[in-house]
Amino acid sequence: MRRYFGRKLLVYGLTFFVAVTINWMVPRFMPGDPISSMVARAGASNPAAAETMRAYYTELFGLDQPIWQQYLNFWAALFQGDFGISIWAFPSPVSEVILGAVPYTLALMIPAVLLSWVVGNWFGAFAARRKALDNAVLPVGYVLTAMPYMWLAVLLAWGLGVVAGIFPVAGGYSFSMRPNWSWDFILDLLHHWTLPFASLFLVALGGWAIGMRNMIIYELESDYSNYLSALGAPQRLIRRYAFRNAVLPQITGLALQLGVLVAGALVTEIVFSYPGLGSLILKAIQNQDFFLLQGTFLFIVLGVLIANFIIDIVYVVVDPRTRAGMAGAQA
Amino acid sequence: MSLRVNDLKVYYKTLKGEVKALDGVSFEVGDGEILGLAGESGCGKTTLAKSLIRMDGRMRHTGGTVELDGEELPIGDDRRMNAFRFHRVSLVPQYSMSALNPTRKIGKMVTELLRSRGVTPDAGKLRGRLDAVGLPHEVLDRYPIELSGGMKQRMVMVVSTLLDPSLLIADEITSALDVSTQKAVAGALAGFRDDGLVKSMIFVTHDLSLTYQIADTIMIMYAGRLAEKAPAKEIIEAPRHPYTRLLINSLPEVGVRYAERKLAGIAGSPPSLLNPPKGCRFRDRCPLAFGQCEQEPPVVEVAPNHSVACWKA
Repeated sequence: MRRYFGRKLLVYGLTFFVAVTINWMVPRFMPGDPISSMVARAGASNPAAAETMRAYYTELFGLDQPIWQQYLNFWAALFQGDFGISIWAFPSPVSEVILGAVPYTLALMIPAVLLSWVVGNWFGAFAARRKALDNAVLPVGYVLTAMPYMWLAVLLAWGLGVVAGIFPVAGGYSFSMRPNWSWDFILDLLHHWTLPFASLFLVALGGWAIGMRNMIIYELESDYSNYLSALGAPQRLIRRYAFRNAVLPQITGLALQLGVLVAGALVTEIVFSYPGLGSLILKAIQNQDFFLLQGTFLFIVLGVLIANFIIDIVYVVVDPRTRAGMAGAQA
Repeated sequence: MSLRVNDLKVYYKTLKGEVKALDGVSFEVGDGEILGLAGESGCGKTTLAKSLIRMDGRMRHTGGTVELDGEELPIGDDRRMNAFRFHRVSLVPQYSMSALNPTRKIGKMVTELLRSRGVTPDAGKLRGRLDAVGLPHEVLDRYPIELSGGMKQRMVMVVSTLLDPSLLIADEITSALDVSTQKAVAGALAGFRDDGLVKSMIFVTHDLSLTYQIADTIMIMYAGRLAEKAPAKEIIEAPRHPYTRLLINSLPEVGVRYAERKLAGIAGSPPSLLNPPKGCRFRDRCPLAFGQCEQEPPVVEVAPNHSVACWKA
């Protein structure tokens, strides 16, 4: 058990190191100069003043140092929890900007990912081998899963937001309100949350339902199901066993999907101007904000790694074969 | 008479038409009798075994009856047949290696299976059965993956016979085992019968020599029909049907060097059962075929308990 998790942790550590390094490299080797745009934004017309500003900002962000020094500084700062200062939201520190956005993204992602997984699996398993339902679930599932997130998002925003006027189409909360812990505000938050959530939930739902339906049919054809049928076991028991076995690949699928879904949420957030990490990434790129971009990517990397680690643990709990593998036995 | 099969016909539904896999087979299995069922691939032996417990979706019960202990088995009716499964008719499948749910501990699986059939699990009885086949009690606390192939095979045999069925069907259970394990498994099956756990047994195999070791009676099938049925010793030593003779000739014998005498096979292959030929179905491959074989040979009892379907027998 300890060796298994030791090895896993090592792999995760390495992944983290490589991801952070790439994350540091990408914005720096991107074409364009963020300092110039800041100076230009300040509108300094006097060349001498512009030069002084340039020198000040370059020093402030540590961009005058050799590139390897910047890399080492980056790691040193990282361990102190210092992600630097945002260029776009200057002079707020990056960590503050990110922490302001993270709750929105998590509140959108976690329910969308988990609920679509649970509901999709349950529905797919229920529909498998039930003629009428199956014939309905399959095409609807394919349509849903083939839909691009942002397209469905735009469709929902237009249909339920613009035309029907039931839901707001932009923002995390009404512009007329300030964040506070009143019921009014929480209801307002939920109201704004519904459409982005629905678009993420529906698209993911179709994929899970189809996957589960196919897995269940496969399991119902398997030898242990046939044996139980031959011994006259009721369908209820056989389906219960099939579900337990069919859910294993779905758990792996969930782990893989988590990384992709972050990207899915990115575009969805942009469509609904939702103030989460996705919108932040867009702004960071538009403003050549190295530090903010690094910070948000770091958060996403951490999120994916943590999610995968949790899935690893869940897998050990549900699949006895993984446990046998840990003890050194051959599967 | 434990099992009485009368003119049983089971066809497969395919896109091209009906495949007559089992076309009018009649036989009986007595109390305490082990019937060995042998023949080439595609002769209908697995179809017969499946028909007696659970038909798959493509099979149709087209005619004939099956009686177990004087009660008719509703083999074509999946729902009504359920009452008989496990309690009266049970199966040791071909695929014992994968017959147990991989994500349940074996003991728990057995308990859940028994409860679902309305039986209160009896731990003492189960342990006794494990002892009888030489399995440690700890297997109940393990997952199937933690057992060796031979252990899984024995575990499945214990599960299948737990409710003391009247008829046990063992379908090609030895085909995935090595020779020494084959003998042990066959011995264990005979032990179930000797201890009275099962009344009678049908042992399906393509391995005539293994059948000979445990069966009391051997039935040879060809192309969905009965070819010959006789006590084991008689069928091996004095076969009457040309197919049986050729089948026995194609078996290797200990002490014979086959460099000198080539092992004989049977030329050709069984006919398609989509449109089986009229008359004797073996006549195209039969060295003794003559004019009368154009007509179907009836099954005739040529000696006590020895039936043959051949004009020349």
